[in-house]
Amino acid sequence: MSEQKFKTTITSRHRLFDLHLRETFRYRDLIWLFVKRDFVALYKQTILGPLWAIIQPVLTTFVFSFIFGTLAGLSTGDIPGEFNVPSFLFYMTGTMLFTYFSNNVTKVSKIFIDNRATMGKVYYPRLVQPIAASLSNLIPFLINFGLFIIVWIVFLATGTTSMHLSWWLLFIPLIILQLMVLSIGLGMIISAVTTKYRDLQMLVGFGMQLWQYASPVAYGLTLISTSSKFAGLVDLYTCLNPLTPIVTTFRHAMFGFGYFEVLPYLVGWGISIFFFFIGLLLFSKTEKNFMDTI
Amino acid sequence: MVSDEIMLKVENVSKVYRLGEIGGTTLRDELQRLKAKIRHKEDPTKKIGAKNYNKGEKFKALDNISFEVKKGERIGIIGHNGAGKSTLLKLISRVTGPTKGNIYLNGRVASMLEVGTGFHPELTGRENVYMNGAILGMTKKEIDAKMEEIIEFSEVRQFIDTPVKRYSSGMYVKLAFSVAAHLDSEIMIMDEVLAVGDVEFQNKCLTKMKDVSEQFDRTILYVSHNMNTIRQLCDRVIVINHGSIVFDGGVEEGIKCYLGNEKDENFPVSFDFSAKKRAYNFGKIARITHIELLDKEYAIFNSDSVLKIKASFESSQDIKNACLMMVVVDSSNLKIGTSISDYFDVNKNSVTAVTFTYDLKSLSQGNYRLMFSFVSISDEQAIFYFDNPDTGIRIKLINNYFAGFEWVHRYHGPIQLPHLIKE
Repeated sequence: MSEQKFKTTITSRHRLFDLHLRETFRYRDLIWLFVKRDFVALYKQTILGPLWAIIQPVLTTFVFSFIFGTLAGLSTGDIPGEFNVPSFLFYMTGTMLFTYFSNNVTKVSKIFIDNRATMGKVYYPRLVQPIAASLSNLIPFLINFGLFIIVWIVFLATGTTSMHLSWWLLFIPLIILQLMVLSIGLGMIISAVTTKYRDLQMLVGFGMQLWQYASPVAYGLTLISTSSKFAGLVDLYTCLNPLTPIVTTFRHAMFGFGYFEVLPYLVGWGISIFFFFIGLLLFSKTEKNFMDTI
Repeated sequence: MVSDEIMLKVENVSKVYRLGEIGGTTLRDELQRLKAKIRHKEDPTKKIGAKNYNKGEKFKALDNISFEVKKGERIGIIGHNGAGKSTLLKLISRVTGPTKGNIYLNGRVASMLEVGTGFHPELTGRENVYMNGAILGMTKKEIDAKMEEIIEFSEVRQFIDTPVKRYSSGMYVKLAFSVAAHLDSEIMIMDEVLAVGDVEFQNKCLTKMKDVSEQFDRTILYVSHNMNTIRQLCDRVIVINHGSIVFDGGVEEGIKCYLGNEKDENFPVSFDFSAKKRAYNFGKIARITHIELLDKEYAIFNSDSVLKIKASFESSQDIKNACLMMVVVDSSNLKIGTSISDYFDVNKNSVTAVTFTYDLKSLSQGNYRLMFSFVSISDEQAIFYFDNPDTGIRIKLINNYFAGFEWVHRYHGPIQLPHLIKE
């Protein structure tokens, strides 16, 4: 028999980027089914159903408003000046974005462990899972966003605040994309490492909690810039924490004013993409043989 | 129809597993190990007294395996537990990667290493068909086109829009298998998935698989311990033993090779049931204490020889009309017949030993298990079970009664019926 061409080769050799992107595209129906399954399974046998997606962040927002706003009196502005934003909207932006971020990192980081039963029996491009996870986390986020928009429109219409519409709104999809890229990247890194050592898994929940306080979720950037000790550190702080420019730029876009510097924003994107590629690399390296160690 | 096109080529494939605890370790253990290694000391995380593995702590699940599968072939893969069958299927279905070597595939692979992979209890039957189909590599369009056929085949139409958590296990399996049976993949991989489900449905599935394979030239790789299903489905057999292929060829020869590569030591002749735990109330009033096959070192017989069984009984009461019942079970777990002994009496509080003979000539060559029960027949013709130790005594029959005539279970059955006599 002469040499025959084969469609697929399974080899022991490892290529650096073995992403199976075309194959992943062929499995796009599976991505949607996973998203649908997550959604349906999450709210089956609940009375309020998807309303739960709203209740949690809204309650958190109220708690933040009360504790950080009323009791502690932390500032709710990203730049010094006489701007006023309804505190509900201010805290809602933070919780909304951070809830998606932390849910996504947590879910993606458990991909191999949660799906080992399926993955141990059938092959499908493993990349399908993180994509599906981040999309299914997007649903509650969008529900929240919808609620936010309604409140936002009401405040805009009454004109009692200094919020105004601006071209910055066009930034919103880009910001959400950055948030997805960053959280998937981080999640994939953790997922790859935790197939062998579960230690990191413990750190994720705790780490997320710390990260929330390290990001301007429940306070504004002015908190840092106005306290003399840290004056001038704002740019460094936003550069080091890619989540900061995401949150502040999002607020800037929604409110029409706020903190935005090109450099920290680009650095934020740089870090996000860097994490994303490291994540992809580790993920594709792990997916081949993780069944043997998990 | 088997064509010349090669669908699957396995080339010098090895799979090595590390022995001992992996995965279960923590970062701390690993660091300690590393530290010890640098200082050339013994691994502190190792269990005390554990064998010193180090470089040798590897286990070859598959050792340099090569074979080719042509389009339309249905291959049965057999071997003892731990021989490497499942590892092979896992490699082909890309669940895990080979340590060495290459596997070439020409077409889509549908692996059914488990029924109902990805089934979610909260989703309805219909939703799960989509889910399962998509995991196995079908697109939504393809599933839509086959939906009716799948539901029809599954016999659960009535419940198709009910969440599968309300299904009985049988319904679950039927639905799951129906999806698998309707896959459009060129290569199908099945790992004993047919072991579940009732016999009728099992047959239906096998027939379906065979039909599909013959009609559309599908290639099938099937792993099973049930030789009957192998016979029913496959047209080629690969026998794997200790990670290597020991046989590759025809079905009957393969099965014979698999059943034949058992050591003589696996056929002991003496059994002590006196301390064995019984199910139910067996053995309370009276019990079988020993069974011994006489005049033999191992339980390997010529088909024309006579089995001599010495059975010892113990009883707390006098038993009249006692008898020994012997059920013969063949290698595919089929009960093929029962023999009942002559009556004997067992006396209270003493050991009664009785020797029986049984003519083996009606059994053809192969492996069998003998299951013994101790019963008595009352005056009203009712049967009472005193004991059933539930342990089969394995015997092996070699050399057919007819010289020059090969008795094949698949064609002739395990029993040789009385002669047709010429008038």
